[in-house]
Amino acid sequence: MITSILLTGVGGQGTILTTKILSAGLARMGYDVKMSEIHGMSQRGGTVNTQLKFGDKVYAPNIGEGEADLIVAFEKTEALRALPYLKKGGAILMDRKEIMPLSVLTGAAEYPHEADKELEKLVGAKVIPAGEIAESLGSAKSQNICLLGALVKALDLPQFDWEGLISQMVPPKTVAMNLAAFRKGLEA
Amino acid sequence: MSGDEAVARGAWEAGVGVAAAYPGTPSTEILENISLYKEDVYCQWANNEKIAVEIALGASFGGLRSLAAFKHVGMNAAADPIFSAAYTGVNGGMVLVSADDPGCWSSQNEQDNRLYAPHARLGMLEPSDSQECLDFTKAAFDLSEKFDLLMLLRMTTRVCHSKSLVEQGQRQEHMGKYTANPAKYAMLPANARKRHVAVEEGLAALKEYAETSPLNRMEMNDRKIGIISSGISYQHAREAFGESASYLKLGITHPLPEKLIRDFCGQVEKVIVIEEGEPYLEEAVKALGISCEGKIYTTRQGELSAARLRAAFGLGESAETVSSSLTAPPRPPALCAGCPHRGFYFAMQSYHQRLVAVGDIGCYSLGVGAPFNGFDTAICMGSGFSIPIGLSKALEKQGDSRKVFGILGDSTFFHSGFNSLVDAVHAKANVCLVVLDNSITAMTGHQQNAGTEINLMGYQVPAISIRSMVLATGLPEERVLEVDPIDQAAMNAAIQKALGDKETWVILSRRPCALLKEVIKARGDLRCEIDPDACKGCKACTKVVCPSLTFDAKTKKAVISDPASCTGCGLCMQQCRFDAIRKVGGKA
Ligand SMILES: Cc1ncc(C[n+]2csc(CCOP(=O)(O)OP(=O)(O)O)c2C)c(N)n1
Ligand code: SF4
Ligand code: SF4
Ligand code: SF4
Repeated sequence: MITSILLTGVGGQGTILTTKILSAGLARMGYDVKMSEIHGMSQRGGTVNTQLKFGDKVYAPNIGEGEADLIVAFEKTEALRALPYLKKGGAILMDRKEIMPLSVLTGAAEYPHEADKELEKLVGAKVIPAGEIAESLGSAKSQNICLLGALVKALDLPQFDWEGLISQMVPPKTVAMNLAAFRKGLEA
Repeated sequence: MSGDEAVARGAWEAGVGVAAAYPGTPSTEILENISLYKEDVYCQWANNEKIAVEIALGASFGGLRSLAAFKHVGMNAAADPIFSAAYTGVNGGMVLVSADDPGCWSSQNEQDNRLYAPHARLGMLEPSDSQECLDFTKAAFDLSEKFDLLMLLRMTTRVCHSKSLVEQGQRQEHMGKYTANPAKYAMLPANARKRHVAVEEGLAALKEYAETSPLNRMEMNDRKIGIISSGISYQHAREAFGESASYLKLGITHPLPEKLIRDFCGQVEKVIVIEEGEPYLEEAVKALGISCEGKIYTTRQGELSAARLRAAFGLGESAETVSSSLTAPPRPPALCAGCPHRGFYFAMQSYHQRLVAVGDIGCYSLGVGAPFNGFDTAICMGSGFSIPIGLSKALEKQGDSRKVFGILGDSTFFHSGFNSLVDAVHAKANVCLVVLDNSITAMTGHQQNAGTEINLMGYQVPAISIRSMVLATGLPEERVLEVDPIDQAAMNAAIQKALGDKETWVILSRRPCALLKEVIKARGDLRCEIDPDACKGCKACTKVVCPSLTFDAKTKKAVISDPASCTGCGLCMQQCRFDAIRKVGGKA
């Protein structure tokens, strides 16, 4: 059995670090893990996707359309954009945070603010206000670790020592805040 | 570990002594990671891929193991030394790494560099995951020395940028010795003819080795279908077909093991070749007189995935997807807040009636299309200064008085743009050549270049002056204008001057990239603020299309919506006639 997870967000939101922590944890738990990230142009404020697969033995590192068991979206419309990747019956965890793309700023496109409601209706997406939780804890930056908490819960893997791993992998000054964000994510 | 990291680790373990590269996604992290071992390995960002290969070749002649890495299009730039170095063979083992980009994730084409191996007479290995990246890199050095061949390690984006678990080993030093041998290393016709014989012998011996090498392997399952594949395509095929097919997984893909292929095909009912890009393996199998199928199922375009193979071969139920009536607004990459390039494009857009603009490859490529419509063409590095020569001559013949503007960055200038500049000066072309000098190779993630004061090894080095290079062409100083692109009055004046006659002009648009560590540090908390009482809602500032600034439709006022990313560059401020925007913070 292979579980496929797609993490999606906007350049700078920390999707890659989240995927790194998750894959390090899964590898320590004894799973075969492959992770695929596409970077290059996407750093400049574009969409960033990272894909992670784990199981007994994983071959292809990337996820095709209709193949993701779980989509974790760090931004509202990125959840919508990633929808074609979702497997029928798969789950979405998403933040309702909005980041306006240039196409909206210039008036060329409209921002579908109701995307979270639509996805809740369509596929039972679970909305985690991770950005708001992170801000209430003092730094918007821990949004990604808050979502990691929610993700670990969704995967039903809370028994592993995630907090120890997070402490090793986030910048030293941010450990306390990130751990608080992680716990909030687990409860959310 | 990513594939790129694993290649770096493998090269270090193999005892590599010199490594050189020119950055290019998805290959860049190879040299970045080798440079973590700089006590053992001399590492250098060369000005272009040809130079990188020649640096590595010199080291190989000198008796060290050496490596040169590039993205697929970089191999075109390096093809000249590669084709002749294939004849000389090596002294210390030498490995070329080509990172191809099926799907054009970050490239201007999706060429398949496997075709270079038979053409240039190289041995070729194709890893399919990170463990193989490490193992195959080490094997490539051994094979290079054993058969006296230049070896190509051919990767693709998904191999370079995917991470999987890797077992590591230790470094083994390799220290050869330089001995002069012009008959082998000086490719004059008489020597080259003999060496061509030698390289063919080396390839024949490698082919024999490939027949039984553990780098190629058969996996026999159900024998109705036999799949021949290599690299990442094998992983996709393995996932899509599982145990319902048998596999010949090739690690050595040039020269191809003829007997092994025949043996495998003889054991299965139907042969299918699965590969991204060109039908390289398929045509080779067909050339052996074996019937097989391949490209009738998949195209030459794009990446494969297990899902794509399942759909193409009708395996399992087709993946069902969910769709929504809402669409996500496009989010293409864009110039950062405070990007110096924005200042140049913003100024230039007022003159589109009077000029034709030619672009190049770099962060400034993001100036194409809306909102600035910065340029009409972009082909390859350096062409931003040579296409204008021919284009200006064409316009001139048609009585079109527009001036051609050529646009490229500092790293691209050092890569090959300077050569084009010299030709433009000698052509007396009606062009204005603009170097968008942001003091770094930004697009590929901030590598040093000839214009920076520190190199990859951390040595303090003289920063090469682009201005001095330009003046060395003999252009008079008054036609070489140095401008801060954010300073709109100065940039407008410079563009107008260049448009004033039919001479060759150069504009050096100089301001460092907003994301450079030193720049961020020097900036401190400098940013701009908009006074809502003074703002008249005229929207002039929004025309700079900066991601930090939005127009609030409710209050009908401009706001700095993302103050954390605003750099206080002041480009928006220069547009406000009501003094509503001011700079705040910053180090005194
Ligand atoms: C032959 C070739 N080598 C490498 C690349 C990869 N590449 C694309 S943009 C770029 C850097 C451009 O740097 P610069 O001209 O300084 O512009 P900046 O991104 O800093 O604005 C590189 C190396 C390429 N496209 N073609
Ligand atoms: S990385 Fe630097 S040069 Fe590239 S878009 Fe951002 S600010 Fe501009
Ligand atoms: S240019 Fe000045 S007045 Fe006009 S919208 Fe911007 S801030 Fe307001
Ligand atoms: S000063 Fe204006 S143009 Fe410059 S980064 Fe800030 S909002 Fe953008």
